[in-house]
Amino acid sequence: MSLLTEAPEASAARENPARRRRRVDRLPYLLLLPALVIIGVLLLWPLGQVVTMSFYRLNSVRQLRGDREWPWVGLGNYTQILSDPFFLTVLRNTVLFAVANVLLTMILGTLVGLLLNRLGRKMATFVASCVMLAWATPALTGTIVWKWIFDDTSGLVTWLFNALPDRLSTSLFGHSDWTGYGWFNSPLLFFSILTLVVVWHSFPFIAVSVLAGLKSVPSELHEAARVDGAGPWRAFWKITFPLLRPVFGILIVLSTIWDFKVFTQQFVLAGGTQDRPTFMLSIYSYAEAFSPPPKYGLGAAIAVILTLILLVVTGFYVRMVLRQEDES
Amino acid sequence: MKKIALNGAGLLVALFAAFPVYWMISTSLKPSKEIFSSTPQPVPTHPTLAHYREILTGNLIPGVSFADFFLNSALVAVATVVLSGLVALLAATAVARFRFRLRTSFLIMLLIVQMIPLEALVIPLFLMIQRLGLYNTLPSLILTYLGFSLPFAVWMLRGFVAAVPKELEEAAAIDGASRAQIFRRILFPLVAPGLVATSIFSFITAWNELIFALTFINDQNRYTLPVAMTFFFGRDDTNWGPVMAASTLFTLPAIIFFLLVQRRMVSGLVAGAVKG
Repeated sequence: MSLLTEAPEASAARENPARRRRRVDRLPYLLLLPALVIIGVLLLWPLGQVVTMSFYRLNSVRQLRGDREWPWVGLGNYTQILSDPFFLTVLRNTVLFAVANVLLTMILGTLVGLLLNRLGRKMATFVASCVMLAWATPALTGTIVWKWIFDDTSGLVTWLFNALPDRLSTSLFGHSDWTGYGWFNSPLLFFSILTLVVVWHSFPFIAVSVLAGLKSVPSELHEAARVDGAGPWRAFWKITFPLLRPVFGILIVLSTIWDFKVFTQQFVLAGGTQDRPTFMLSIYSYAEAFSPPPKYGLGAAIAVILTLILLVVTGFYVRMVLRQEDES
Repeated sequence: MKKIALNGAGLLVALFAAFPVYWMISTSLKPSKEIFSSTPQPVPTHPTLAHYREILTGNLIPGVSFADFFLNSALVAVATVVLSGLVALLAATAVARFRFRLRTSFLIMLLIVQMIPLEALVIPLFLMIQRLGLYNTLPSLILTYLGFSLPFAVWMLRGFVAAVPKELEEAAAIDGASRAQIFRRILFPLVAPGLVATSIFSFITAWNELIFALTFINDQNRYTLPVAMTFFFGRDDTNWGPVMAASTLFTLPAIIFFLLVQRRMVSGLVAGAVKG
C-alpha cells in the first residue's frame, strides 16, 4: 500500500521544482492580466483620453461616437477657461472649500478620536457606533436628510430659528420670521451647509483612524508625561502628535483629495447643475460637458486642471505610503 | 467632574453623528400632518407605514415602481461584486504569492490609480460607452464600477492572501496537488472571509454611485435607485414623507454592509500606517 502510493508522489515531488520554476515565470503575469486589462481600459485609457479630448472642440455626441470630425483647437479650451473670470471664482470656491473642510474635518475628527480614547468602554462603544452611522450613510441620502433639516417651511433648523425669542432674533439677524427663508440662496450660506454635510460625512473616518493610532501609542508615555506635570495640550503636541505624524500626514492628504472633488453632496444640495455661483471644479467640468449645449472638450480641459491639482497631492500620498511600507 | 464633562462631550458627538439618520427614519414613520406641523415632534406620535406603502405599491412613473429601481441597483451592484471579486482574487494571489519583476511597479500603480479623481473620467468614459454601444444599458454601469472598485479590492485582498500560511500550499504541492487544486481547495476557502469583506466594499461603491448612473442611463425604467431618488425626489422637496421612506430603504443595506466591514476600511485606506 505505502509502496504503491509513495512512488508516484515521490516522483511528482522530484519533478515539481523544475516544472514549477518554469511556470512561476508566467503564472503571476497570467493572474494579473485581467486586472491589468480592466485598470488599463477603464482607468488609465480614460485618463489619457480626457487629456486628448481637452485639445478638441467637441460639441455633439455624434463627434464622440466618431461619426463627425474632431476639430483640433490646441490649447484653445484652456485659454478660454483661464481667461474667463468665472474660472477664478470656481477655483477660489474649490480651494477655500477644500481648505476649510480639511481643517474642520481634521480638527473635529482628531478631537473625537482623542475623546473616544478617554471614554469608558461602554460609552466609547456607544459613541463610536453613532459615529459609524454617519460614516456609513451614503452621500446621497445623508445630503437629502440635511436638506430636509434645512427645509424652509417645516425643517428643524427653520423651526429652531423661529423658536428664538423675536427680540433676540430681530436684533441679531434683522428679522424674526424664518419661514420661507432661503437657506441655500446665498453662496456663503450654501457653502456653510455643504461644509456641515461634508464634515459630518468625513469626520468619522478621521476619528476612527486617529483612535486606531492612539491605541498603538504605549500608555506609559502618557503616564510619564502626566507625572512630569504636562497638561493635555502639551502632552498631545509633545507625545501624541509626533508619534502619529505619519497617520496625520496620510489622513490630511486623503481628506484633501476627497474634499477637492466633492460632487454628490453639492449636486443634491443645489438640486442639479444650475447654481453657478457655488460651482467648484468637479461640478463645473460636469456642467460644461453635459448641460445642453454640451461642450465635452471644455469640460475635459477643466477635468484635466482638477486632475493636475490632485496629482500633486497624490504624489505626497504615494511617497508617504511607500515610506511606511518600507518601515513595516 | 471631569468624567461628566467627557461623557457629556461624547453624548454631543453621538447626537451630531446619529441624529440625521434618526431623523430620516423618524420622519419616514410620521403621518404627513405631523411632518408638516409647525412644531416638530421628536418621536413619531402616530407612527405609520403609509409612506412605505405609498412608494412600494405606487408607480413613480407609469409602469415603473420603486422596486424596479431597487432591482436595477441590486443587479448592477451584485454583478460588479462578482466580477471584481474574481479578478481581484487572481491579481491578489499574484502579488501576494509570487516575486516577479513588475510586482512593485504594479503595487505603486494600484496606489496611484486609486487617487484618480473619478469625476474627471465621466467625459472619456461617456465617450467609450457611446462607442461600445453600451449607452443607456446597465452593463455600462457594471463595467464602470468594476474599474472603480478593482484597485481597492486588489489592495485589500492582497493582505488576506498573504495571511494564508504558505506552508499549507507547499504541503499540498508535495502531496501532488496541482496549482489549480491548491488554489481551489486551500487558498480559496481560507481567503473566503476576506473575499466577503472585499465584496462588500465593491457593493457599497456600486450601490452608492450617482454621477455615472446619472450620465450613462437615459430611460427612466433603467435608472438605478440613486438616480431615481435625485430625479423624483431631489428636485421636489415638498413631500418629505415618501422621500424619507425611500431614503431609509436605500440607506439601510448600505449601513448594514458597511458596519460589517468598517474595521478593514481604516486599515485598507491608511495602508499600514496604523498598527492596531
